[in-house]
Amino acid sequence: MKTLCKTAVMPVVVAAMAAFAFSGVALAGWEPKKPVDFVIMAGKGGGADKMARLMQSVIEKHKLASKPFIPINKPGGSGAEALVHLKQKAGDDHTIMVTLNSFYTTPMRQPGLGVDVMTFTPIGRMAEDTFLLWVHKDSGIKNVQDFVKAAKSAGNKWIMAGTGKGQEDQLLTNFLNKAYGLDMKYVPFKGGGRVAKELAGKHANSTVNNPSEQLGFYEAGNTVPLAAFTPDRLPLFKDAPTFRELGKDFVYFMQRSVVGAPGMSKEAEDYYRDVFKKVFQTEEWQGYMKKKSLQGEFLTGGDLKAYWQREKDIHQKMLKDIGEI
Amino acid sequence: MRKAELVMAVVMGLFSAYLMWKSAELPIGWIPEEGPGGGAFPFWLAAGMLVCCIWIIVRCLRRTSTVAVSTDQYMDAATLRMFLLVAGSLTVMIGLIHIVGVYVSTPLFMLFYMRYMGGHHWLPTGVIAVGTPVVAFFFFEISLKITLPKGFTEPLFYPLYDIFL
Amino acid sequence: MEILDHLIQGFAIAFQPLNLGLVIFGCALGLFIGAMPGLGSVNGVAILLPMTFLVPPTGAIIFLAAIYYGAMYGGAISSIMLGIPGASTAVATTFDGRPMAMQGLADKALITAATASFIGGTISVILFTLFAPPLAAVALAFGAAEEFALMMLAFATFIGLGGDDIPKTLFSIFIGLVFSAVGLDIISGQPRLIFGDISGFLHGINFLVLAIGIYGIGEMLWTIESSKGDVQISQATVTVRRIINDLRTLKDTFKSIVMGSFLGYFVGILPAAGATPGSLMAYGVAKTISKNPESFGKGNPEGVAAPESANNAASTGSMLPMLTLGIPGSPTTAILLGGMVIWGLEPGPMLFIEHQEFVWGLIASLYAANLFSLLINVAFIPAFIWVLRLPFTVLAPIIFVLCIVGGYAPTQDMHDVWLILIFGVVGYLMRKLEYPLAPAVLAIVLGPLAETSMRQALLISNGSFMIFFERPISGPIMAAAMVLFLLPIFKLVKDKFRSREAT
Repeated sequence: MKTLCKTAVMPVVVAAMAAFAFSGVALAGWEPKKPVDFVIMAGKGGGADKMARLMQSVIEKHKLASKPFIPINKPGGSGAEALVHLKQKAGDDHTIMVTLNSFYTTPMRQPGLGVDVMTFTPIGRMAEDTFLLWVHKDSGIKNVQDFVKAAKSAGNKWIMAGTGKGQEDQLLTNFLNKAYGLDMKYVPFKGGGRVAKELAGKHANSTVNNPSEQLGFYEAGNTVPLAAFTPDRLPLFKDAPTFRELGKDFVYFMQRSVVGAPGMSKEAEDYYRDVFKKVFQTEEWQGYMKKKSLQGEFLTGGDLKAYWQREKDIHQKMLKDIGEI
Repeated sequence: MRKAELVMAVVMGLFSAYLMWKSAELPIGWIPEEGPGGGAFPFWLAAGMLVCCIWIIVRCLRRTSTVAVSTDQYMDAATLRMFLLVAGSLTVMIGLIHIVGVYVSTPLFMLFYMRYMGGHHWLPTGVIAVGTPVVAFFFFEISLKITLPKGFTEPLFYPLYDIFL
Repeated sequence: MEILDHLIQGFAIAFQPLNLGLVIFGCALGLFIGAMPGLGSVNGVAILLPMTFLVPPTGAIIFLAAIYYGAMYGGAISSIMLGIPGASTAVATTFDGRPMAMQGLADKALITAATASFIGGTISVILFTLFAPPLAAVALAFGAAEEFALMMLAFATFIGLGGDDIPKTLFSIFIGLVFSAVGLDIISGQPRLIFGDISGFLHGINFLVLAIGIYGIGEMLWTIESSKGDVQISQATVTVRRIINDLRTLKDTFKSIVMGSFLGYFVGILPAAGATPGSLMAYGVAKTISKNPESFGKGNPEGVAAPESANNAASTGSMLPMLTLGIPGSPTTAILLGGMVIWGLEPGPMLFIEHQEFVWGLIASLYAANLFSLLINVAFIPAFIWVLRLPFTVLAPIIFVLCIVGGYAPTQDMHDVWLILIFGVVGYLMRKLEYPLAPAVLAIVLGPLAETSMRQALLISNGSFMIFFERPISGPIMAAAMVLFLLPIFKLVKDKFRSREAT
């Protein structure tokens, strides 16, 4: 009797469960089943880390996702560790990553990793960070002409402080060296905050920091922006001309994007795209972008891939120029 | 003791040599106007390790250190058995984490340790073996939001996440 | 006294009922996070960040300060009770805290640690209140050359920490330094020492991995061997009378506490240095100026008092470069910096002028957190003692599991757990042969700081070593380090001569 009951009931239960599961999908689409690993391709306290934690907080505040996003820092090997981790997570719907320009440069400099970033799932470009050329106020340098004169006479005693080797800051330093015939010495430090301090403490002569890294000292009047690596002048630094205005057509941005593991399911991809699009539109994110002089529209899908391809080619060329690859 | 001292120094000496060889993948010399190359720091320190190992070996052979002349046994049979049991069970536990996850492998380890090694009663053993992972789940996953590895038992936790997160 | 007004205002905020509740809850939570091997204040502060949107910013700051201090106190608990430093700042506390616990004096060690932390915190808050702006200028003047000189001084102060066996002590220092080089060489941007091309080595060998391996797994194996199975490792007891008595004998350590507080604070304000070198140097100095230095490492309360007062003082100190210069001196302050971004605050020289209420609210709540951590800590001492009295065959598996889970949590990588096991087993085998292992653990913390700053300075000077001696701040520090390095060698030679003459 008992078994009979069971056999009779079972199909009903299964059918009911299937119907329930189906209706859930139909109503809400794909939802994460567990906390989402939110990998950060850089160390704690850096620009990427701050942004990732801001995104996480915005998601939590506005309840944009049903499960928490858990930040995990994987700074190893200029992001190599994070890239390999994501590659190994191929097909995983619960791993996404905040990325920056080492997304292009690290796989080129370490071909042994076997990472092809074009296979990663494009979720969203949240912003493009800008770069400026900075000097200390006490140096008396007011414009790029003064800067070139001073740096030329100092030769390789002119110290340019930056973050990382073979990455953004060094690429920009190399551009300046070539464009103006300089021989500045590039000294890598750990983190943009540290670089800003080296300049404020006069241990370095110049930097090419992001505004967010140098803002504190700028507001205190310690450091001065000379020129911007952007197509147009930045609203925050109206007095600093662009290099384009100065006759050197050079524009450089740092992407702040979110990517998913390769081979992520279409449903999950749509879900994350939707979440980050909402994050992008929040007051908090827009306010942050304005305050830190970030630029760029929300980019996703094929557009983001096309953007990556373009940037990848540019970086390949720049790395070849400085002999890093 | 003397034999163990020699073996350890030789093994560590070989390890130092390996470290030196591995460090030499990057320039180990002086780069003009820049300072030491990327491999110099670990290379010369590993060389220092090697010198220390040779020093220890020489001292051991000349019997000029206390360990070199000590007649105590390095590990008696009882210690060896204990060491192998503990280190072995730890290895098995960590290995199992990859397959069945933390929440299955740690209770098994604790059961084994307390019941077999400690000879405690089933009741306290069971309570602690089950209690620890439960506490760990709430402490790490719920309050600290740190996910622990679960291997193939992962789907079993989905309902828990739905309830508590 | 404008500053004092600000501080009083800060206190008024910190002692509102809601905020007081947050302080007490935060301190208690922090205490448990800190007492967990592997987890420290950084994890506590990191989980709080998303909450900062849910409670008002002042409440968030207060909660965060409470977790920070609670975890700092908690770090001492695992150092003393289990012999496993929960964070690099608590390594020096194990040197004497662990022996004290083994002698049944765990309650005394815990009370000494808590009181020393409290005094260290108090002194540093006062120093912070009075001298923040001029000290910010000192921090700014610290470049790569100065940083390297300071690291040399730190190495010099604990050169006497190793055993009597010179080649084995040197070996231990060297292997720690080589391990610290694993990962990325930031000067050349190249990965190095990636053994077997395993990607886990790309993030380097974390201090915690070595510390949990050696002090957690290795020390447990050692205890299992020496106890031969089922005994209690400690005959600890606690009564009210004992606690009062412990408090009374604390005055003997007063000198160390005050010294540790000042030293810790000044080292803490230097960018990139943080609380770890501060606590190590305090231990070294306490040993040097002590009347009986040979009692250190065998359970001298001063050896607990000095590093504990220093690391709390340094935590307050490391707020200074974070707030005024925007440079995190430690991983915890790095996360705090992220929090400030979320609150829309710009760290930097203007923060003290434009957001005084934030700065002083934070400082006042640090102070309140300090007080409550002390009270909560003392209240929990009987519970900790009870844990120590558990049979060892119950305690051991729990500690092993804590080591494994705690080792996994910071990087969430099983690679690190395997490394912990290997370090533990090899460390145990080496310890049996009287290799001192503390120097390796210290070296892995200081190694990267020393190497990077040295090479940065040499890049700046075009390869000339004179940069370390010519500059006004690094010169004297370097000279002091040289003297400290040469002192023991000189003494050794002298002793040898003397013993030769005697025979």
